[in-house]
Amino acid sequence: MLFQLEGSQAVARAVALCRPKTVCAYPITPQTHIVEGLGELIHAKKLEGCEYINVESEMAALSVAIGSEAAGVRSYTATSSQGLLYMMEAVYNASGLELPIVMTLGNRAIGSPINIWNDHTDAMSVRDAGWIMLFAETNQEAVDLHIQAFKIAEKVKCPVMVCVDGFILTHAYERVDLPSQDEVDVFLPSYEPHINLDPLHPTAIGTMVPPEYFMEVRCLAHKRQIDALPVVECVGQQFNKQFGRKSGGLLHEYNLENAETVIVTMGSVAGTIKDTVDELNAKKSGKFGVLSIVSYRPFPSEAIRQALKNTKKIVVLEKAFAVGIGGILYQEISLALKNSKVKICSVIAGLGGRAITSEMIKEYLSNEKQQDDMVFLGLKKDVIEKEYCPLNDDFCNCKSKV
Amino acid sequence: MSNSTIGSRLSKKKNSIQSHYDRPNTLNSGHRACQGCGEALAARCAIDAAYYATKGNIAVVNATGCLEVFSCVFPENAWNVPWLHSLFGNAPSVATGVAAAMHAQGKDVRVIAQGGDGATTDIGMGTLSGMFERNDDVLYICYDNQAYMNTGVQRSSATPSLARTATTLPNSIYSGNEIGTGKNVPEIAIAHRIPYVATASVANIRDLEEKVAKAINIRGAKYVHIHVPCPLGWGYPTSETIKIARAAVECGMFPLFEAENGKVVGSTPIENVKPVEEYLRLQRRFAHLFGKNANPQAVEELQRIASANIEKYKLSGGIANV
Repeated sequence: MLFQLEGSQAVARAVALCRPKTVCAYPITPQTHIVEGLGELIHAKKLEGCEYINVESEMAALSVAIGSEAAGVRSYTATSSQGLLYMMEAVYNASGLELPIVMTLGNRAIGSPINIWNDHTDAMSVRDAGWIMLFAETNQEAVDLHIQAFKIAEKVKCPVMVCVDGFILTHAYERVDLPSQDEVDVFLPSYEPHINLDPLHPTAIGTMVPPEYFMEVRCLAHKRQIDALPVVECVGQQFNKQFGRKSGGLLHEYNLENAETVIVTMGSVAGTIKDTVDELNAKKSGKFGVLSIVSYRPFPSEAIRQALKNTKKIVVLEKAFAVGIGGILYQEISLALKNSKVKICSVIAGLGGRAITSEMIKEYLSNEKQQDDMVFLGLKKDVIEKEYCPLNDDFCNCKSKV
Repeated sequence: MSNSTIGSRLSKKKNSIQSHYDRPNTLNSGHRACQGCGEALAARCAIDAAYYATKGNIAVVNATGCLEVFSCVFPENAWNVPWLHSLFGNAPSVATGVAAAMHAQGKDVRVIAQGGDGATTDIGMGTLSGMFERNDDVLYICYDNQAYMNTGVQRSSATPSLARTATTLPNSIYSGNEIGTGKNVPEIAIAHRIPYVATASVANIRDLEEKVAKAINIRGAKYVHIHVPCPLGWGYPTSETIKIARAAVECGMFPLFEAENGKVVGSTPIENVKPVEEYLRLQRRFAHLFGKNANPQAVEELQRIASANIEKYKLSGGIANV
């Protein structure tokens, strides 16, 4: 059924359709409206039998979800940015304990300087934490990915983080098609926990693991993530079959046949890039395509290689970067294509909510010369020139000092 | 509160659960605790008591620390109850989640969270306060050995004044913990007005069992704080754990009391109040107060703390026994 909804409200309704038994609520911009929305749905009896717990921190939010999932019920929470860092220890713990929690990450920059607007720095900070991480491109996909996330998590026995761009998606009012409860019940059967704190069958969960076993635990976690690749793809196809919409899967390929230059990206900016590419292709100013990564973890290296095999040039445009080395997605794409001679360019864009416009992208693509180095899209170069003071040369001149 | 010993042949009701032929053995033998560990003994007694009082309907959440490390190293496990370890500072929140899940499923499983004083009074204080404030249906048990023993005896906010730890050496002229520091978590729990708060000692097992058994069947947040001497951290022979725990109670350094809904409702009077010095002299962590560089003023300072406890909790026979 079609609705005109704020992204957060749409996500809240999608989560409610998945019938979680616990929802942990703690406010942080730009995620807050999601847990508020779930509270309203519980109050309106649209989500019954669900415990709604107001916690005192994000650390508690995910910890409560860990407890409730380990005690055998479908559990959900949401966070953003600093909140994700505050719960970081529990993020690793949840995946180590193999608890299929679903958490929404309303993507937001990390301070200092404090900034509430969108980029992907928060998600990148937990890229090695053992969660499955899915990036939504639109509000519709955010809805669909949440319904798929519970199914994937429970199949793979691994928590899933659904990344939804803060404000750009969470606060945007868009048309979304929400499935009915009956339809979701068919797609997502009731939860059958694989571990459970049961007094009749006492087990110990979360024991210390000594060096004799630890490497195997980590190796198995990796194998399970790799095994999750076809699961993510298959759940996307099942969803498409039942609901008639292509949402989720590993990658979104746009105009890749015959494309000479492909822009690789994640999240909502893919929309702007597709519009730009359409414009350029119509004007015959090159042959451009877009590859949008939905499943960031597990990272679909093989699928990426296949999708980009005929490409002459790749531009990785990402909303996060690692200080001291550069683009993070850029490094991972480069690793996936390490045996290919294709040129890969790195563009850092939209940090801290800086707008990414079609004009900026067009300007970048038209200027071949600048593409050899990592580029900050829309950077105010005059500010950098004014504020940047190189370190004293003498200091690093070791020969001149005793 | 009776003092009948474990081997007593009184009726089963008055006996310690540890003397029952069908004692639950929730924490089985073969674990890796040090000889004379007060925490291991208290944990077995407490969880056995909770098991007994609920006919086995319990689930236990454990904070990181000695208790977690010595009881459960893969592939071994000493627990005969459903047991979950997550992190150092989040046991109260995890237990909240377990309780919420049990409630959502209509299961009447009583939930316990447990940890040492570091997990409770320091790193988990925020999550503990949250659990109290929401009045979640969880019994939290703190095994207080007054320092971070698992990492090698570092100061916690439960370390008593003047006690020496690996990290208190530079902190005062006494080379022990600074006087006037630390926090009283039972009092903080009382200030949350939760249904039940109690202190207990591993020297008085029947009393400990009664308090845990009472707490586990109360709905809402409960807190039991148990004094558990540590031979390694406090510096005494492993055979003297109970003697030292008893000495702490008898001098007033560790008052035994109960509180309900924000008010102290009873305490265990001390039959024969002993001087604090008798308790201190048994332990190497206070050795710097005696001998060559004896510090009588410091000992007096500790005596004042104990005497204040005796007055505050009416331990010299004031409030009626509960």
